[in-house]
Amino acid sequence: MKVLLMDPAHPLDLEATPPPNAEQLIQDLELETLLGAMAAGDRFLYRVARAAILGSVAITDPAVITYRQRVVADTVAHPDVIDRIYGIAVEAIRGERNIWGLGHASPESLLSRSLQRLDLFMDKLKELLEVAGQHADAFESDGFRQFFSMLVDQLPADYFDAVAGQVAQLRKPALLVSAQLGAGNKAINYTLRSPWPESWRERLSPFRHKGLSFQVADRDEAGARAISELRARAINDAANAVAQSADHILAFFRSLHTELAFYLGVANLQRSLSELGQPTCVPMATPTASAKPQLSARGLYDPCLALTLNGPVVGNDLEGDGKSLVVITGANQGGKSTFLRAVGLAQLMLQAGMFVGADTFAADARDGIFTHYKREEDTDMRHGKLDEELDRMSAIAKWLRPGSLLLSNESFASTNEREGSEIARQVLAALTECGVKVIFVTHLFDLAHRLAVGPHDEVLFLRARRAEDGQRTFEVEPGDPLPTSYAEDTYAQVFGETLR
Amino acid sequence: MNQQFTATEHTPTRVSDGAPDNERGRDASYSVLFAHPDERRKQATEPSFFADLNLGQLVETISADHERYALPEFFYEPLHDPAQVDYRHQVLNDLDREEIAAAVGAFVDTMREMRDRLSLSADVHDVRQRQRWFLAAAEAYCDAVEQLAIDLGNVLPGSVALRGLRTFTVAYGHSPEFVELKAEIQQLIDELGQVRYTVRSKGLEITVDHFSEETDLTQEVQETFARFRENAAKNYGARFLEHADNNQVESWILELVAELNPDLFGRLAQFCKRHADYLDPTLARFDREIHFYLAYLRYIEPLKAAGVAFCLPAVSSDSKQVMARGARDVVLTRKLVANGVEVVANDFELSGPERILVVTGPNQGGKTTFSRMFGQLHHLAALGLPVPAQQASLFLPDQMFSHFEREEDIRSLRSKLEEELVRIHEILEQASERSILIMNESFGSTTAADALRVGRQVLERIIELDMICVCVTFVDELSQLGEGTASMMSTVAADDLTRRTFRVIRKPADGLAYAVALAQRHELGYDQLKRRIAR
Repeated sequence: MKVLLMDPAHPLDLEATPPPNAEQLIQDLELETLLGAMAAGDRFLYRVARAAILGSVAITDPAVITYRQRVVADTVAHPDVIDRIYGIAVEAIRGERNIWGLGHASPESLLSRSLQRLDLFMDKLKELLEVAGQHADAFESDGFRQFFSMLVDQLPADYFDAVAGQVAQLRKPALLVSAQLGAGNKAINYTLRSPWPESWRERLSPFRHKGLSFQVADRDEAGARAISELRARAINDAANAVAQSADHILAFFRSLHTELAFYLGVANLQRSLSELGQPTCVPMATPTASAKPQLSARGLYDPCLALTLNGPVVGNDLEGDGKSLVVITGANQGGKSTFLRAVGLAQLMLQAGMFVGADTFAADARDGIFTHYKREEDTDMRHGKLDEELDRMSAIAKWLRPGSLLLSNESFASTNEREGSEIARQVLAALTECGVKVIFVTHLFDLAHRLAVGPHDEVLFLRARRAEDGQRTFEVEPGDPLPTSYAEDTYAQVFGETLR
Repeated sequence: MNQQFTATEHTPTRVSDGAPDNERGRDASYSVLFAHPDERRKQATEPSFFADLNLGQLVETISADHERYALPEFFYEPLHDPAQVDYRHQVLNDLDREEIAAAVGAFVDTMREMRDRLSLSADVHDVRQRQRWFLAAAEAYCDAVEQLAIDLGNVLPGSVALRGLRTFTVAYGHSPEFVELKAEIQQLIDELGQVRYTVRSKGLEITVDHFSEETDLTQEVQETFARFRENAAKNYGARFLEHADNNQVESWILELVAELNPDLFGRLAQFCKRHADYLDPTLARFDREIHFYLAYLRYIEPLKAAGVAFCLPAVSSDSKQVMARGARDVVLTRKLVANGVEVVANDFELSGPERILVVTGPNQGGKTTFSRMFGQLHHLAALGLPVPAQQASLFLPDQMFSHFEREEDIRSLRSKLEEELVRIHEILEQASERSILIMNESFGSTTAADALRVGRQVLERIIELDMICVCVTFVDELSQLGEGTASMMSTVAADDLTRRTFRVIRKPADGLAYAVALAQRHELGYDQLKRRIAR
């Protein structure tokens, strides 16, 4: 019985190895802000959100994305039901921990505690069935439909009866074991048995004797110990089987707990953004396309910025279909970095099966998402800054695949414009020819200019807009690169005089 | 309790009570050690020279892993006829062949298993357990015999001994009584294997009954919860200590199982009674005696692996022209090989009228080892075993004697010299011209002049007897008593007079130069000492 709310075929693995650039992604895309909003203070929700978001860099199947989007829709539509199911899972897990304690001693105590765990789990499963019975029809996603019908199919009434019967049998003070004769006539192959009901036995053969008996004397301590050992051997295998079965059911509840935690996180984030008046939409995902990549949006904004400022933020439009390279130039603090982050987060959230911070958003799924941002000077002064940048880019190159996405913010700015442009030109040519999509924020005019004057069907040029009066707009619009980034505005602001 | 052999025939432990030991009618005269079993002289005590020649250590090491076969007495009893020695040589040649060694090895391994089971059938308390172990022992026995018959049937041994065994085993394996024994065993084993019973435990009461196909509860549980199983699960099963003996409750249960299956258990008891001496005496004897060869071969295995040469010597009971090339003291060699040390080999020869090797030379030079080697080689040759030498031609004595320097015995009322003289007198009284005597540093506890006089007299008596003798001594003059003596010396390195080579070679005795050189090395020479003290 698999939970399968995140993927039609695979449960979410909390222990999966994060992508190699996890730390950079978290830092460059401000993911802690996003995860914080999803977790809303709950440590487990945080853990699941983090694993799911980081894991989404590898999700490229639109079918999986759609599967999740529908589950999100159901979650948002039926929050009470989700809470109830989540609560049942939590009760199962916490209750089990109380029974299980620390390890076990004998087969007898192993059996006894495992039977208690089964009792608890059967109750919780019945509660889940009750929820399914009352609410299954209202759910529309494949994810939840298969979950509820699995419960109903796998746990019919007579199943609980059968379980109860076996549990009762295992609790009886009398036990029956079969055995055979091994080397030296030692008893071997102890197998625990269910005795036939008395009435059956009599019907089978009314003249059969009832077996031969003896009794161990009351004061016979050695005899009592021998009986104990015999019983322990008799129930050893059964105790193990029951313990393992309880483990399996616990794993089921844990899986349910984990996957619902993700959706609760998504709902939390949706609520937070709605409260700020920011739009969210269900994005459209297409298969990874190296030849004709997709990327288009209306009103795309950076949700982390909105959450940090705790207020509304500007959105931008984007027409990037068929473009493998997007070059963004323009005024300092003109919103280029914010825009870059908005694109990165949208891609991540799309692949995670969530909504996206925009009015509309459509993109092809990318096989791996990478960031290359400028960093503080290397503190141990072993590398020069360029050295460090190239080092990092080289590390990323190890992981890049055709179909990956690279978000680059002021790469190769740590050297003069000529050199930086040449390095960047080669890197970009190689990457895009291999099918990597690159969003490239830069001040390297030489590069941008050369790209603009050459053939550039697959390049989109965007510029951070500057109003007539020199004010920033945080808007980004299509436009060829200009040789200045309006540093004069910043200079004037800081020095209070104009730049000559 | 290991199954112990007596010096005569072996009888296995009985399980049932009653019937006294009875000698089987079958002839157990065949032996893999003796062409004619009447040849055995039954010397069950350690010969007097064993301690001096370190042969005691050899036997102790060899029997350490083979206690149950009581091997020492075979090592105490030398052969006197070259034909008897040849009988054994042939067996050793056969054991050199892989198929025969494998067949014999498989047989003794299975027989060891049988003896282990017989031990259990004697040790455990519960009679029904004893009976089952006895049955298992008989089963192993049949397996061993059957396999041996097959294996030997496929090869033709070269030795008279093993050919005899082959004939016997093949015939025995086909005999009606063996075939019937095997069938009966198999039947009982099959039926016992099919017994299934149930035990019901409630409080202090136990009820035993026939199995009636009740359902397997563990399996039911597994099937019920299979639907939840996605990954491998942790194993919580407990492990139990296993004892050979049933505890009291298990014994009672077994007794009730027997009551529920009275016919089967009755037949088992009857089997044990009727077949108490299932073990054929000839094969039992073979199983014991073959270990004489196997244990010795195992003892010398590490030496052979280190490149030490072994050979089957030529032996004679009339010619005293003895020789050996590249020979070593086997006990010392085994110790040194274990420590990775190279061992020096030596040669000896007595030709023409020579009877006595007089060995002189520097102390710690290997003289004693040489004399031991001489004695060991002769005794091992008389046992029909391979000796540590490249080549050897040896004499089969009627008796061997040793006369080694002993520690002064404070309890003895005699002086050391007196004690030695008494001993040598006893030896000379018992010795014949066909004896061998090994003397080592005898008469050292007296003045040089007396040692010379006594030594000369004793040696002259030995020459009169015409017996073979090795005499290690510091009295150089003894090496020149006549054509009966041959002089050998332990030698030192030419470039460093204080370094021993452990080579003992034939050369005239040449005085005490070495002791002086050694003293000088320690600055104790006359001139040196004077200079040192005067300072």
